[in-house]
Amino acid sequence: MKPSLFGYQAPASIEEAISILAGDPDAVVLAGGQTLLPAMNFRAANPSTLVDIQHVADLRGIEVGTEIIIVKAMTRHREFELDAAVARVNPLVAEVMQHVAHVPIRNRGTVVGSLCHADPSAEMPMLLVLLGGSVIAQGPSGRREIAAEDFFQSFLTTARERDEIITEARFPVLPKGAGWAFDEVTRRHGDYAIAGVGCVLSLDDRGRASRVQLAACGIADTPVRLKEAENILTGTTLGASDLDAAVAASGAAVTQPDEIHVSHTYRRRALGTLIRRIVTMAAQRATQMETA
Amino acid sequence: MARTMKAAIPDRSADAEVDVSMTVNGEAVSRSVSVRMLLSDFLRHELRLTGTHVGCEHGVCGCCTVLLNGRAGRSCLTLAVQANGYDIRTIESVASADGTLHPVQQAFKECHGLQCGYCTPGMVMNIVARFEEPGKLDLTDEGIRDLLSGNLCRCTGYLNIIAAVRRAAELLGRA
Amino acid sequence: MSTRQFGARVERNIDPKLLRGEGAFVDDIPLPDALHVAFLRSPHARARIVSIDASAAKRHPGVAAIYTSDDIGTLDVEMPLLIPHPSMKNPKTQRPLARGDVHYVGQTVAMVVAVDRYTAEDAAALIEVEYEPLPLEMDLAKALTDDAPLVHADVPNNLAAHFIQTSGNPDDAFARAEHVTKITVQVDRSTAAPMECRAVAARWDAVSGELTVWDGTQAPISVRGGLASVFELDEDKVRVIAPDVGGGFGQKVLLFYPDELLVPMAAMRLGRPVKYIEDRRENFLGSSQERTQIHTIELAALRTGEVIGLRDFFLHDTGAFIPYGIAVAQVASTSIAGPYRIPNIFVEFKAVYTPTVQVTPYRGCGRPQACFALERAMDQLAEELGLDRFEIRRRNLIAEKEFPYEREGLLFADGLKVTLDSGQYGKALAMAAAELGAESFAAEQAKARAEGRYLGLGLACYVEGTGLGPYEGGHVKIHPITGKVYVNTGLSTQGQGHDTVFAQIVADQLGVSPQDVIVVEGDTKAFDWGVATFASRAAVVSGNAIHKTALTVRKKVIEAAANMLDVDPDQIELRDSAAWVKGSNRFAPLAAIATASNPLRYAFNKAAQAATQFARASKHDGPPLADGQAPGLEATDYYSPSQSTWAYGVHGAIIEVDPGLCTVKIRKYVCIHDCGNMINPMIVEGQVLGGIAQGIGGALYEHLDYQADGNLANASLMDFLVPYATEIPNVSILHLETPTPLNPLGVKGVGEAGCIAVGAVVASGVEDALRPFGALKFHQVPLSPNMISYALETAGY
Ligand SMILES: Cc1cc2nc3c(=O)[nH]c(=O)nc-3n(C[C@H](O)[C@H](O)[C@H](O)COP(=O)(O)OP(=O)(O)OC[C@H]3O[C@@H](n4cnc5c(N)ncnc54)[C@H](O)[C@@H]3O)c2cc1C
Ligand code: FES
Ligand code: FES
Repeated sequence: MKPSLFGYQAPASIEEAISILAGDPDAVVLAGGQTLLPAMNFRAANPSTLVDIQHVADLRGIEVGTEIIIVKAMTRHREFELDAAVARVNPLVAEVMQHVAHVPIRNRGTVVGSLCHADPSAEMPMLLVLLGGSVIAQGPSGRREIAAEDFFQSFLTTARERDEIITEARFPVLPKGAGWAFDEVTRRHGDYAIAGVGCVLSLDDRGRASRVQLAACGIADTPVRLKEAENILTGTTLGASDLDAAVAASGAAVTQPDEIHVSHTYRRRALGTLIRRIVTMAAQRATQMETA
Repeated sequence: MARTMKAAIPDRSADAEVDVSMTVNGEAVSRSVSVRMLLSDFLRHELRLTGTHVGCEHGVCGCCTVLLNGRAGRSCLTLAVQANGYDIRTIESVASADGTLHPVQQAFKECHGLQCGYCTPGMVMNIVARFEEPGKLDLTDEGIRDLLSGNLCRCTGYLNIIAAVRRAAELLGRA
Repeated sequence: MSTRQFGARVERNIDPKLLRGEGAFVDDIPLPDALHVAFLRSPHARARIVSIDASAAKRHPGVAAIYTSDDIGTLDVEMPLLIPHPSMKNPKTQRPLARGDVHYVGQTVAMVVAVDRYTAEDAAALIEVEYEPLPLEMDLAKALTDDAPLVHADVPNNLAAHFIQTSGNPDDAFARAEHVTKITVQVDRSTAAPMECRAVAARWDAVSGELTVWDGTQAPISVRGGLASVFELDEDKVRVIAPDVGGGFGQKVLLFYPDELLVPMAAMRLGRPVKYIEDRRENFLGSSQERTQIHTIELAALRTGEVIGLRDFFLHDTGAFIPYGIAVAQVASTSIAGPYRIPNIFVEFKAVYTPTVQVTPYRGCGRPQACFALERAMDQLAEELGLDRFEIRRRNLIAEKEFPYEREGLLFADGLKVTLDSGQYGKALAMAAAELGAESFAAEQAKARAEGRYLGLGLACYVEGTGLGPYEGGHVKIHPITGKVYVNTGLSTQGQGHDTVFAQIVADQLGVSPQDVIVVEGDTKAFDWGVATFASRAAVVSGNAIHKTALTVRKKVIEAAANMLDVDPDQIELRDSAAWVKGSNRFAPLAAIATASNPLRYAFNKAAQAATQFARASKHDGPPLADGQAPGLEATDYYSPSQSTWAYGVHGAIIEVDPGLCTVKIRKYVCIHDCGNMINPMIVEGQVLGGIAQGIGGALYEHLDYQADGNLANASLMDFLVPYATEIPNVSILHLETPTPLNPLGVKGVGEAGCIAVGAVVASGVEDALRPFGALKFHQVPLSPNMISYALETAGY
């Protein structure tokens, strides 16, 4: 299990990195390597050139703003997870991150790398979709912002052009007083999710959900926002029958076909259970607000 | 016969080489190696630091765990060139120069936390890294399991390793 | 007296080295100028090779040689059938490199030798092979039908072996039965997945004509014998070393894997050291696997729950080849009645060829399958008769006074009649019930259910025939200068702590500390009589051989010391590395006695002066070495067991099932086990815990996903789910120590014990937990969330 031969470049600037990508159709970006290198060791990926972006100074760091957390491309999972400022404005991040692989992988793997890989079972793409975040893509023709829901197109496929670099991801902070929760079902702790559900919701002063965001990973060829369920739950007190309705409306979102160890039915069952539990937990964490 | 054959056999691959320099266990090292050489192979075969083991080469087993700039990481999922300029620590740096075991190693011995010893260097590096992080250690069963998750052991069934982590915390005054 | 070491929790001698990263596994051995091997493996499960073109690969820079079956001369033959048995009609073993047909995905087709592994893999990819795919059948039952595609053209119905064993009069028992229960159960394909994959390195010294092979094998002596014979070399000229080995669990005892022959061959032909380091993918595609068996078992019972007869028919998947004979199926069939009396048994199996990696023993070796079949049937019987699961077992367990308990007509893997030698089966069951809190469990369960939590109790008993012959040896020698004791045996170790347990045995006899006993094994130059490490036999067979040898050396020490100290031998006691005159402070260090026991001419150091011809210690009548006397304090002896010793145990667990997510959590795991006298309880517990973790893997996670086209879908540790620490619960182990009367140390084997019962325990617990949803059945392991979901769905949830 050794990689096949490739060239290696370690540019110091974004522009340089882009021009290498633009000049070589089989060149790929190397970030943390925690997805790319296993694939290369299996010779499932055989890039011509690796463009190692770790030395690009502009691609490092986290910026926490009042509405948006900017996560630069070389930010490792573990940095995002442990960042105290992030935890203050978006405690969901750390909760989700517990489920991404294991600490030694999180020490190397990057948040943006995970988004670019776009595994539908992965947690970070779901988080971005759940929060309604976006990414910034920079290529030979400039910069553009791509909303999460447009970015993830299908299995391991994003809206990124191959000569574009995703320079940062933008994760919204949680609304004040919002409740949040995430959980997933896996075979082993740290594995990719068979199904995972995240929720952010706000309650009004009468205990009704004034705003509900709900998303899932593992169930389709991209992470999905469960919009119908969100609509059903909004305005309710999130009681058992409301949850039942939301679950019933979400079944169709499971489009992943039967696999040997995970049948379609099982995925739907797991998704339903997670929705009930996660929405309930988020509601418990939400503080009821004065506004109505 | 062997002699003539030997002359016909190549000695090096045709791979282009790059210069790689890093600090390994406190010593500066420089080598010219193929760009595709994995850090695990670099440590094991170029530097002869064979305590770092290789169990899967796809990031799951943790046998190859070393410290990269102070943080535990997989040497099989890192290219040697990627580690250019890094500070690397391997299992060979953990015991004292006279061979005295580090408290984590001592605890493994006391608790029978190893059998074949193949996973052990990676386990120890992962634990040492966590012990070096500031802040309180979570020494509950769950907390220790989480610390160890990411390192497979096929021999021990982990429970003695969990005991060893607790014992190490005691020996290091972190309990 | 020194404190007794046998039975003490002695820390392991080998640990500091391993902990410092100073272990020497095969790939750690420095071999300057070594060349590296990669194999081209078949991508098809069944196909005919039309052509192989290696020309581009040969031209690839850095390539030293490429071999196909045409290039390996006399090695191009079928490899040995290790354990012949009359039940096999046309036993098939593999060639080192495929010729004509390929029989499984991963079979070696060509070998590349190159300057490094990276280049070797490049070249392997350049070899062009044209295959003509052939039809195949993966399903065991269908493979036996008349029109099934064949794995081997000349083996009709893919039937590798067919064997029936009978004990007592099963037909009569079934005729008398008041109740018969019948179930079909399945245990799926799995693999040992040792953390170190297999590895072989070889160096040929053309000047001395010596071949040295480093092989991560469990059987270095047997490999040495095989290599000497294949390469027509003197056994003395072949040295096989199993250095540190990173786990084996059975997978590393097969002679030969193709690389074990081809790597030495290449080293001899190329005049350079050659190394093959199997990678993880290859370990899944090429190294032995085990487990798939489908049992249909019937129990004939009286209304009291007494089981008077058993019938079992099972299919055993042997993969594409059967190099290890029927061992796995035979062990399963002879363990089928477990610890219960069941006096009338009929057991029949068919071993079936499938186009998959060959099946040879993996820790447990057929026992987990037999245990799963029997214990699931016992649970069902209990339910049908309205008996408690503990009670039905209590009524059938063999009582202490019934030992030795023979099963006439069942021949175990050593070819001898199954004879359970000793145990306290009933007590073990009672201990398990107490430790699990079985009495109060029903209340706990009811309370949890009221809170919407589903708890279940799982239970299973097992027996394990251990310590198979034919024999092992021991060599013990006291070093003249240091007084340290050197011990050799013919095994190799993969983490079982032989170096420490054997040291403990010797330490007691020679009055030294275990740290001063240096055990060297796994090197044919150090000791070359013996068999291998397998079947939980090291402590029993080598342990007793070493014990016998140590007694002989002890006698020699005492005689020599009595001579030196001028007292009667019965006045001598051994402790603190010296021989003491009892009740006095006169003593002679072991080093001095060893030195004096070797009549010397030259005083090469101070200690040696005492042993030269004019020194006092050597003074006695007659020649310096009396007739029949050997120099030094040294002996070699052997132990050959009269039959297997039978260890046993009871496992139980409290299991929580989450019906919403279909996940299983083991809340409490209890293991009562008895392996006779324990040499080192710490090491015994380590073995048991490791076995239980592997058992949990087999019960809930580990499953090789062969597709209908014969491809293995999960040939990686990412997808073959070996449990992490997060998946393994706390376990409480309680020991019973019933010494076996069969050997001097009173020990039984323990290496495989832990894994046997786990599948049955988990399935039993899950069934119990989900009872409120109806009588859901779990008759297959590993038991996946999907299966739970399916069962709930069928029950309308
Ligand atoms: C054992 C193991 C378990 C894992 N378990 C999980 C898990 O449970 N959940 C999970 O989500 N992930 C898991 N991962 C994957 C891990 O999270 C990866 O780190 C992550 O998916 C990719 O990040 P990376 O920085 O390592 O990316 P790389 O491997 O460097 O790159 C991944 C892909 O993204 C591209 N890319 C990376 N960065 C950019 C960029 N800035 N612009 C454009 N393209 C880019 C690369 O070209 C490549 O195609 C696991 C990995 C391992 C080895
Ligand atoms: S060898 Fe690196 S994780 Fe297994
Ligand atoms: S001690 Fe053998 S793998 Fe952990």
